[in-house]
Amino acid sequence: MTDQGYTAAKSDLAQYEGDTVWTEHEPFIDRIPRWVAMTGLFVMIVGIWYVVTAVEIVSNIILPTPMETWEDIVFVGRNMASGGYMLEAFITTTKTVLVAFGLAMAIGFSLGVLVGETKFGERAVMPYLVAIDTMPKVAFAPLFIAWLGFGIASKVALATFIATFPIVVSTAAGLYAASENERMLFKSIGASRMQTLVRLKLPTGLPYFFTGLKIASVGVMAGAITGEFLGGGQGVGALIRVSASQLDTPRVFSLIIYLSFLGLALFLTVVWVQKTFVFWNKSDAPGGMA
Amino acid sequence: MSQVVQLPADQSEPAEARPVYQIERLSKTYGRNGFTALKDVDLTLNKGEFGAVIGSSGCGKSTMLKIMAGLLPPSSGRVMLEGKPVLGPRRDIGMMFQQATLLPWKTTLGNVLLPIEMRDGKAAARAAEGRARDLLELVGIGRAESIYPGELSGGMAQRAAICRMLISDPAVLLLDEPFSALDELTRDFMNMELQRICLERRATTFLVTHSIPEAVILADRIYIMDANPGRVAEIVDIDLPRPRNLDMINTTKFGDIVHHIREKLGKEAFGT
Repeated sequence: MTDQGYTAAKSDLAQYEGDTVWTEHEPFIDRIPRWVAMTGLFVMIVGIWYVVTAVEIVSNIILPTPMETWEDIVFVGRNMASGGYMLEAFITTTKTVLVAFGLAMAIGFSLGVLVGETKFGERAVMPYLVAIDTMPKVAFAPLFIAWLGFGIASKVALATFIATFPIVVSTAAGLYAASENERMLFKSIGASRMQTLVRLKLPTGLPYFFTGLKIASVGVMAGAITGEFLGGGQGVGALIRVSASQLDTPRVFSLIIYLSFLGLALFLTVVWVQKTFVFWNKSDAPGGMA
Repeated sequence: MSQVVQLPADQSEPAEARPVYQIERLSKTYGRNGFTALKDVDLTLNKGEFGAVIGSSGCGKSTMLKIMAGLLPPSSGRVMLEGKPVLGPRRDIGMMFQQATLLPWKTTLGNVLLPIEMRDGKAAARAAEGRARDLLELVGIGRAESIYPGELSGGMAQRAAICRMLISDPAVLLLDEPFSALDELTRDFMNMELQRICLERRATTFLVTHSIPEAVILADRIYIMDANPGRVAEIVDIDLPRPRNLDMINTTKFGDIVHHIREKLGKEAFGT
């Protein structure tokens, strides 16, 4: 009986002779190389865009054709390359963004250290920061214009105001990130409070700080453009508003695309600086994309 | 390490009975809930002696070590080290924790030099580089000096932590479950390494552990602690010859000591 069973099993096995090598199959969609996937998606979107405008599902005034938009992108590019008024607008906005980003870093970092390092900051300052942070910050724009006028200063103020909070919160969170063990180690080797802050807590918090900078780099763009919408002046935001009021939608699109280059450049600079400074942090801190 | 070579080779000679650590009537009550972590603990550690404290979790052994290290103030009683009261972290105390806790942005060498850098500045740290290299050589990771901790194995990281503890030539070593995060094979090996280093340096050492065999193989004297309130329930002297090796674990004598301690701990913890 058992003998028979054994023979049967053996003959069953015979058909599986050799190694059992098998491979796991990744689905087709996950195997597409990145550049093919990106180009493909781009072509698909432009294609749909083209069809929608070609059969005039939407009026061309509301949504220009891809060709019109491309021509305008080239036109704006030429204007800027030849030093035209759009270059000036672009420089103004870039200046606003950079100054605001610098200010937000300085203020955000200082407040973050105050909140993260001192009990006073945590107990007294933080509640106010949270309260202000929950307000819609764009609502302050008219105030900044009233205080600082229609020049670049009111835009810088609004952009700084928006970009500061993520930096404060992330800096403070970074200062809490050092583990109990690390604090105890520093205490046991006689480190002063300043040494513990500078040599342990700040380096440990760097990945958090950079995450805040990434969020701020997006916020500072939004702040600058919003300021220019509301306060006029010379920036790209003002150009967009004028073009939109003239129903020049291709211009609006191309200006937005050039603005996105500015935003992307700022974001990628932050990512690059982070990679250079935080070389030890291989698995990136929350913040994605980098 | 020239000073090591000059030490007498004969380790069977008993250490001179000069007290290094003296702990008297040490008590610690945590303010918030009035929990008594330690009550009237007396303990004396002589020069060159290896003491170990063992007890279940919550018996106050870590609290005791922190007080001894000057990381935590006692509620009453006093701790004297080399005749002077411990009133905060001191240069002559070397500490090691369960985690290696190396700074990821510093090389192994930089991590070993950290205590010098903090206390005496960068120039002093640079001057001590040679000594740090000797120490890394002593624990067998000389080649890892310019590697970052992310690339070290758990055992290598703890070796680096040993070097960091030894760099300031402390009078006493305080070890808080130093190898309990390592796998068993590595832990056994590291314990033997630790014994070798302590014997070579004639170090006065105090170990906190919850592993009975680890305490028995390493210590000259074991303090069995009783929880709630934390106090020393019994002192066991281990007269196994030095240097000890892992084969001793299989001897009857070793087994008897382990058995005795386990019974005692069981009685304290569960009343059986």
